Amino acid sequence: MRRQALIALLSYWRRNWLQFFTLLAGLALATALWSGVQAINAEARASYDAAAATLGEGQYTQITANNGLPIAVEDYVALRRVGWLVSPVVEGRLDGVRLIGVEPLTAPQGIGTTALSIEAELPSEPTLWVSSGVSVDGVTTVETPELAPNTAIGDIGLVSDLLGAQGISRLLVLSDQPVRQPPLESVVQGLNVQTPQGGSDIGRLTDSFHLNLTAFGFLSFVVGIFIVNGAVGLAFEQRRPLVRTLRALGVPLRTVIAIMAAEMAVLSLLGGVIGVVIGYFIAAALLPDVAATLQGLYGADVGGTLAIRPVWWLSGLGIALLGGMAASASALWKLSRMPLLAGAQPRAWSMQAGRGRVIQTIAGLFMLAAAGIFALIADGLVTGFALLGTLLLGAALLLPMVLNAALALGQRLAKGPVWEWFWADTRQQLPGLSLALAALLLAMAANIGVSTMVSSFRQTFVGFLDQRLAAELYVTARDEEDAVALEQFLAGKVESVLPIEQIDVEANGLPAELYGPIDDRTYRDNWRFLSQVPQMWDIVQAGEGVAINEQLSYRGDLQLGDMLELPGITLPVVGIYGDYGNPIGQVIIGREVFKELYPDSQALRYGVRVLPEDVAALTDQLVSEYGLPEANVINQAGIKAYSLDIFERTFTVTGALNWLTLGVAGFAILMSLLTLSGMRIPQLAPLWALGLTRGRLERLEILRTVMLTAWTFVFALPLGLALAWVLLAVVNVAAFGWRLPMFVFPTSYVFLLVQALIAAGAAALWPALKLGRTPTSHLLKVFANER
Amino acid sequence: MLKIRDLQKSYVSAGQTVQVLKGVSLDLAGAETLALTGESGSGKSTLLHLAAGLDVVDAGDVFVGETNVGKLNEAGRAHLRRDVVGVIFQQFNLIPSLTVEANIAFHARLAGKYDADWCKRLADRIGLTEQLGKYPEQLSGGQQQRVAIARTLAAKPALVLADEPTGNLDEETAAQVIALMLELVSETGAALLMVTHSSALAAMLDRRLHLRAGQVA
Repeated sequence: MRRQALIALLSYWRRNWLQFFTLLAGLALATALWSGVQAINAEARASYDAAAATLGEGQYTQITANNGLPIAVEDYVALRRVGWLVSPVVEGRLDGVRLIGVEPLTAPQGIGTTALSIEAELPSEPTLWVSSGVSVDGVTTVETPELAPNTAIGDIGLVSDLLGAQGISRLLVLSDQPVRQPPLESVVQGLNVQTPQGGSDIGRLTDSFHLNLTAFGFLSFVVGIFIVNGAVGLAFEQRRPLVRTLRALGVPLRTVIAIMAAEMAVLSLLGGVIGVVIGYFIAAALLPDVAATLQGLYGADVGGTLAIRPVWWLSGLGIALLGGMAASASALWKLSRMPLLAGAQPRAWSMQAGRGRVIQTIAGLFMLAAAGIFALIADGLVTGFALLGTLLLGAALLLPMVLNAALALGQRLAKGPVWEWFWADTRQQLPGLSLALAALLLAMAANIGVSTMVSSFRQTFVGFLDQRLAAELYVTARDEEDAVALEQFLAGKVESVLPIEQIDVEANGLPAELYGPIDDRTYRDNWRFLSQVPQMWDIVQAGEGVAINEQLSYRGDLQLGDMLELPGITLPVVGIYGDYGNPIGQVIIGREVFKELYPDSQALRYGVRVLPEDVAALTDQLVSEYGLPEANVINQAGIKAYSLDIFERTFTVTGALNWLTLGVAGFAILMSLLTLSGMRIPQLAPLWALGLTRGRLERLEILRTVMLTAWTFVFALPLGLALAWVLLAVVNVAAFGWRLPMFVFPTSYVFLLVQALIAAGAAALWPALKLGRTPTSHLLKVFANER
Repeated sequence: MLKIRDLQKSYVSAGQTVQVLKGVSLDLAGAETLALTGESGSGKSTLLHLAAGLDVVDAGDVFVGETNVGKLNEAGRAHLRRDVVGVIFQQFNLIPSLTVEANIAFHARLAGKYDADWCKRLADRIGLTEQLGKYPEQLSGGQQQRVAIARTLAAKPALVLADEPTGNLDEETAAQVIALMLELVSETGAALLMVTHSSALAAMLDRRLHLRAGQVA
């Protein structure tokens, strides 16, 4: 019995291959973008973990120098002699490759590679163990898959030679230490101990970036599930007569439901497999840009190639199954409540709308009310994304009601029978198209929201770069001696030399970079503050206050007048400045106080103020006369271009996902129209019989879709701007610690509208042409009751 | 009003050509009513579709007034259906998105012949004055067919073609609907060609023509 019932139910798909394709395509597309994003995230996280394992990040207590300079070998020896079990690490970049030197005899087990451990037999010739695809000139390399991407590791002596290092970058403190140990300060001055915080630092730093990607993946998934829901709803509706017949023939309702649920589960898994394969290719295409973004923004190395990891393909299959079952839940529920003698004729969707629309509208209003509450209380990523979710879902639920009202208005204003019919008929088609239109709404709103955020960010960032990169030239000395010589060389040749000197400190217990700039008009003229007390620079340079960046203000809940505790000094906050693109806190104190706190610190980088027309000559002098490598002299334009390049790369992935989501929504419209086109013939044939040509009906069908898209855009625009506000004022603040001003970009919205209209017109073209080419005999069947 | 000469039509079905009409000729004068009867598959509906310009003739001539329907292109045939001919279908084929009132007026407004008083009178005659604000799905089959008849006659066509208009109705309702249709057709002075299976209904019309296997019997 079950087999026969199954055969009968499955036979439906054989005769409705387009619906079958729609269902599978919806499932596959939903899964594809989701699993693509998961693949990228899994790859990045694996890279962070590999980096953590290689470098000991987050696992071992470390000792670094207060002034950020290398630790002297003598200091290391002194610590070992008094019982500190520490192991030296030398680290740097050579031709873009991260070089790490460890000392195999003292390094903790698990650091770097097992090939370098004390038990291993080290090769006689200089050897570096490298991650896939890395090579270093003049050294034998051994490819080691377990290493973090873009990394080479070797003996500390070899790496020191390659990098020309003068000391030790940091010391790893082994887990097992002697019970009695003299305090660090009593042995060596100027060093500090950093305790591990668990997990990888980079992993924590990039969490918000990955959360953004996940949110986009989920949005695409929801859009895809809308397609599935539409296809499943129609398929169940059209199989009502068959279900009635099966039940009349003695197949229990429970069996029918079980068969249909199983059928849906199998289809979901099939769609999921296809989606995971497509997701792999999407992820492979996007990963190089993601890797560039993470490197540029966070200094995190992520492999550019994708491994097939169970975590993402299993999550892809899981979410496809979940989505498929969720999409069919309401149809199965309706089926379970259907009386045996329920109407055998499949009803058009349009007839079911009434009560459902009221419930949907109430749910939508409820969601928007929840979004309003979240807007008032949102202060972190979770509440920020909850606000986004309720806002988008509420708007999607309200869309049919809003469109219906707009169409009713059109109907009232219509002149002539054809236009009256057009508006009335469009209202009737609305329930069948509303899922696809909701998908389009979400995609367009996301596009408007994200593009507004990115463009606002870009505009602010460009202005910020103009303020902050005021010096015409930036030079870097090779070492401390070179720095002193360089200062002397520049003295008298230029307007001013601005040392850029930074110390990593803890400010009110939070990690921060401490700067002590000289008192120069460059800072007074160019820096713009979000809030400041009068004569702010005078107070800072007098050593009576500090300026902090917005990130530190947000994370430390610091306002003007609050006290900031730094190592050795506590000062009030007198200025807060925007610092876009920087992931961590920053503090500026007066030059004299800085030098009192860190007398041994020596700047290696300098901003040089010089007349713009003298930049080329000075660059030439620095290279040819002073002998500074060309790479150590960068002009302002070069840095700006580099910064903007990083910025653009950062949003390449977001932009790509944005357009992919819009593409999925366009596909949803196409599939809905194609699916509905079969039902349209009985509705349009009477019009044709009454004297409207097929050509005119074709044009009206296209116009209908274009018009609905335009109305949806009208609704998507305020929603997208609200989305942008949430991203800028809530999510960005929580994720990065800075709030950006919001700008609107009407031209780009018009561009999006034109694109959406073209896409909608193109999507409507095929079903309309299909309708226009329907053979006369098919149209006549409508009148002969032979359908 | 309608002149058909040696009309031939065939269809391809399941890979085989089926000759549906094999040289049918008939004449229908203005204000005359003619019942076209015959077995299923005898070609009655095909003949009616060809006369309405819903389908294209293979051979022979169909004249509606002075117009040779076979010579018209699609736009010309659409124009014919809109302005000259009115078709009543077995399935009613009302427009579900429009109210009863809008459905009645629809064809007349398309043809530019809308007469509000006439439409009101028609609504009154079909007994649906109270139902004008309803939608077709809210009416019974008999009521829907009466709306379809009113829709056709609202445009005052010269030729009314009815394809088994009571095929979905019970005998009693069918007789009432046909009586009403004949009254209203008579009032407008239109010619009527009605396809029907029912000898009883056919007897209510001026003449009767029987088709058998695509030919006049």
